Amino acid sequence: MSTETNAGPEPIIEFRAAGYRLPNGLALLHEVSFTVRRGETLVLLGRSGAGKTTALKLINRLLEPTSGSVLIEGRSTLDWDPIPLRRHIGYVIQDTGLFPHYTVEQNISLVPRLEGWTAQRIRSRAQELLALVGLDSGQFLPRYPQELSGGQRQRIGVARALAADPPILLMDEPFGALDPLTRMEIRREFLALQERLKKTIVIVTHDTSEALLLGTRIGLMEDGALKGLYSPKGFLRSREPVAAAYVEQLHTLEEFERGQ
Amino acid sequence: MNGMGFFSQHAGEILQATLEHVWLVGATMLLAIAIGVPLGILVARRPWLSKPILGGANIAETVPSLALLGFLLPAPWLGERADRIAITALTLYALLPIIRNTAAGITGVDPAVREAARGMGMTSRQILLQVELPLSLSTVLAGIRVATVLTIGVATIAAAVGAGGLGEFIFRGLAMVNNQLILAGAIPAAALALLADFCLSVLERRLRPAR
Repeated sequence: MSTETNAGPEPIIEFRAAGYRLPNGLALLHEVSFTVRRGETLVLLGRSGAGKTTALKLINRLLEPTSGSVLIEGRSTLDWDPIPLRRHIGYVIQDTGLFPHYTVEQNISLVPRLEGWTAQRIRSRAQELLALVGLDSGQFLPRYPQELSGGQRQRIGVARALAADPPILLMDEPFGALDPLTRMEIRREFLALQERLKKTIVIVTHDTSEALLLGTRIGLMEDGALKGLYSPKGFLRSREPVAAAYVEQLHTLEEFERGQ
Repeated sequence: MNGMGFFSQHAGEILQATLEHVWLVGATMLLAIAIGVPLGILVARRPWLSKPILGGANIAETVPSLALLGFLLPAPWLGERADRIAITALTLYALLPIIRNTAAGITGVDPAVREAARGMGMTSRQILLQVELPLSLSTVLAGIRVATVLTIGVATIAAAVGAGGLGEFIFRGLAMVNNQLILAGAIPAAALALLADFCLSVLERRLRPAR
């Protein structure tokens, strides 16, 4: 595993030999250690069942580590009240989980409303958020999720996660269900957004190009263990067999293109 | 005496019995909803409770209604008032569909929606009241509709313990071998059931979550 340097901003998320076992003893995550610093985008890359989502859920305490600990801003998640902790962390999932009985406006206003913001502040924040994700607020605020395309729903999911301006953002296969063109579009928008917002982000994906494009660092996961942490460039050059396999899979496509 | 003549002659009595019937069913449904919905939530939240609760409601459902009324007759705090016996027995019958549909509605909420709600920091009370119950409302209501229609029918047996209602005509008609009397109870009861079914299904459709 690559060593961590002490340079750079303060750590926001820290895994200290954090593991997670099911009650029946099956280990979904072995002792994993890594740090995510302020403003970083860490991508956890791995196949299904590699423990990526488990790691993500340890961060907002949807799961609690059965060994080791996970620290958010220097405090173990177990010392946080889970409710304020989760409101402090934006959460985007693949199926968006938008509430079908709420309009877009009600959906993205959820956390501000729970936090007791004034109606006026909530309203203007909702409009601001839609502008942020590139949707027209007059047209989209009154709609229901079923009236949106997949790409629009995913944008609303991001807007909802950003609503109360959380410093940390967790994204679980956020763009996985989208068609390739829309996915590329949203990734670009997301990069531009992150350029402005400077959140601390952890993204889970099984898509190598997504990891290379979005991540400032890539954490490679396999069978519930962290195989290594890489910069995107370092990942492409890595000789570690699993990393090399991902890179090779990327090159296969390029070779096919050249062959044409 | 023709049928219509009989009905118009006894219109007052029939109306009186129908009102009694509506009172029995209404009181039963209020009680059954007040007990059944929380039990349904409990079943959805604590799966290990589902066997004893649903099993109990199932057993109540299988006891023949006439026998259930008989069992309740000696109960000290019920025995003196016939309508209390009837309402207790009817409530036991109405519980099963309400509990089952409430539990099914809540467990049927899209797991992604529930996970998003938890991940955004909603408390479990907020998730129940703002997400799970609104999303399962039409399923819960379908259970209430089934229970109501069932209760309107079974409530005719309440007359056996002297609780009144449209069953009075049916029992009297059976004793006197008088079809017109039986119909004077059966037709309004059937009409009530159809009416309740219609009204509740309209409500159900309007509350369906995916609009």
